Formats: sequence, structure tokens, C-alpha cells
Amino acid sequence: MSSNLNLMAPPKGWDAKYSDDGGSVLSTNTDQVINWMLNWGRANSVWYMLFGLACCAIELMQTGGPRGDLERFGAAPRPSPRSSDLFIIAGTLTYKMGLRVKRLYDQMAEPRFVISMGSCSNCGGLFQYAYSVCKGVDQIIPVDIYVPGCPPRPEALLEGLLKIQDKIKNEKYLQKRYGVG
Amino acid sequence: MTPDAIFKLLQEKFGTETVFDFHGDPARDKDPWFQIAPWEIENVCEHLRSEKSLDFDYLECITGVDYPDDKRIVVVYHLYSYGKKHRVVLKAYLEREDPAMPTLVNVWSTANWQERECFDLLGVLFEGHPDLRRLLLPDDWEGHPLRKDYEEKEDYHGIPTIRPNPIELFKITLPSKEASKEAAKEPAKA
Repeated sequence: MSSNLNLMAPPKGWDAKYSDDGGSVLSTNTDQVINWMLNWGRANSVWYMLFGLACCAIELMQTGGPRGDLERFGAAPRPSPRSSDLFIIAGTLTYKMGLRVKRLYDQMAEPRFVISMGSCSNCGGLFQYAYSVCKGVDQIIPVDIYVPGCPPRPEALLEGLLKIQDKIKNEKYLQKRYGVG
Repeated sequence: MTPDAIFKLLQEKFGTETVFDFHGDPARDKDPWFQIAPWEIENVCEHLRSEKSLDFDYLECITGVDYPDDKRIVVVYHLYSYGKKHRVVLKAYLEREDPAMPTLVNVWSTANWQERECFDLLGVLFEGHPDLRRLLLPDDWEGHPLRKDYEEKEDYHGIPTIRPNPIELFKITLPSKEASKEAAKEPAKA
């Protein structure tokens, strides 16, 4: 939970110069400020796509409900892949659905993140010997965070979201996009 | 009406060539069942549905079973009557090499999807079916996976069907059972 508490903390590199003198002078760079602002905005508006596949979807709804409450971290459910940043694969993935997942992922705008929720989407889980079940969603699309559990508790999914926020906060968008700095 | 009585009634009407092989031993057969000659099943089921004293208005389930040793595929029909509150189980024995039998869509329209599922998973061809496509698996799937000799392909549209075991992949050495038992004992001593 620590990541959310130091939300307004200045990013790395904003160390006070002349700290012996009481830290009155701050050294900042424009790209750092812009990166920090972009990341701050993105990390606190991680809109996820409403995409439930199996029983993990029930737990996803619990996380969105009043006790877990994903929305207090700025994560709101979205109906369309084009307006969402986070793809939560919640449930058993079949090959038939796997092709659709690939397509939905391709429709999402970058920067996009993927949480693989539960044993089934991590590695096939309980159904890994079935002829129709995909052995892990990472064989189709890149995955950022794996949440173990069968199904994971809402707290586990919240932790996954916080890890995504951490990941977003450490991004260097300007350098990635324009190659500066 | 008991399944026994239904069996006798059908045998009187259709003859022993069409309706035969009654199994009703309560120790072995949870649901009493009997065989129907596959090519006569539409006539028999039409009679089961339209006859007032039988009144089978509900086709509960169509399933298939693969018996590779007997070179047979058996299609099982569970019928129920809401009016008379009785149930009967029919079986049709088909050749495993070329399983084909008439459809029941004209008798109970719920047979449509159930026969599609049976075709999808076991490859039974229901002749006269209006739309015999796969129901659950993708249209371009090869093979019928509930057959005992079905072998999984190496990949499906580039998605591998095997995931390496992480213990073998990363050469993880697991502690032996004795060592883990000792490790569990030690804190108790301390």
C-alpha cells in the first residue's frame, strides 16, 4: 500500500542540492517534470476493460465493489478496449477466446498493461490438461503482473493494481517516445 | 409408467429387431436403459412423443460415449415426461469407423444443439440435421477431442499447446521429503 501513500512524493533525481545549506535549491529537469506529471496522471487513472472469462470475474466484481473498491485508485471499468489502459484476464482462457484476446489487446492504445489474474490465465491452472484450454495467457500477449490464486482474493488483485501503478510511475515516456534526456 | 413397461410396449409395436437388450438391474444400472436400432430411432421417438400414454415431451440430454475396445460409439438419449413424470434412457450403438444415424430435430427441436455438440466432440454424423456445425470448439478445429484416441496438436494458430514444467525448465532441485520433514521438526524442538 506504500506506493499510494507517497503519491505526491517528488520523483527520483529531485534531490536537494547543497543539502548542507538546508536544501534550499532543487535541481530539476524539464523532462523529469513532464515524465512525473504524465506518470502521475496515468497511474491514477488506470481504466481497466470489463472482461470476465470465468469464476475470477466474480472476484473481479468483488474487487470493484464497495469493500475492495478499485475505483478509489482511479481504476474504472470501461466497456471498450479502445478507451482502456489495463487488460485484466480474469479466468480460464480457451484457444477460441485466445484469438479474441489477441485481437482486443491489439485494439488497445498504448501505453497498455496486462494483469493475468488467477492460476488459469497464468498457466492453465486446474484445466491445463484440457484439449481446449490455453496454457497461459503469456503465450498470446505480454503480461505485466501475474496474480496467483484460484481465484485470487480482492486484496490480491488490488495489490496487482498497485504494482501496475508502481510500474507506470517508473516509466520514462519522453525518452521512450522521443529519445531525449 | 416404469421403463420396463415402456420397453415391452415399444417391443410389441416395433418388434424385437428395433427395440431390444433391456438392462434394468438396480445394482448395476442406475437408470434402466435399452437399445434402439439407430435407423429406426426417429419412428420410435415420434411414437414416444405423440402417444398419449407415454407423452415424452422433454429430451433431457444427448450424450455420446466412445468404446474403442468394442469399436463402438454409443449415443445415449435421456427422455422425460413432465405430464406422466416418467423417464427412459435409450442407447444407439454405432460403428466407430463411420458413426452416422438419423437426426431427431423433427421430433424435438432441442435436439438441434445437442446433436451439434455430439458431432463436435465425438464426430457422430446426424443425417438430415439442418445445420450440423461445431457448437463449442472453433470452426477450424481438427479432430473430435472426446474420442479416446484423440491426440492434441502441437499448436493452435501459433499458440503452443504445451507449457514447459518450470521445475525442469529452470532446473530447480526440490528438497527431498525426508529433509523437509526434518526441517518441519526442528522449530518444534527449539
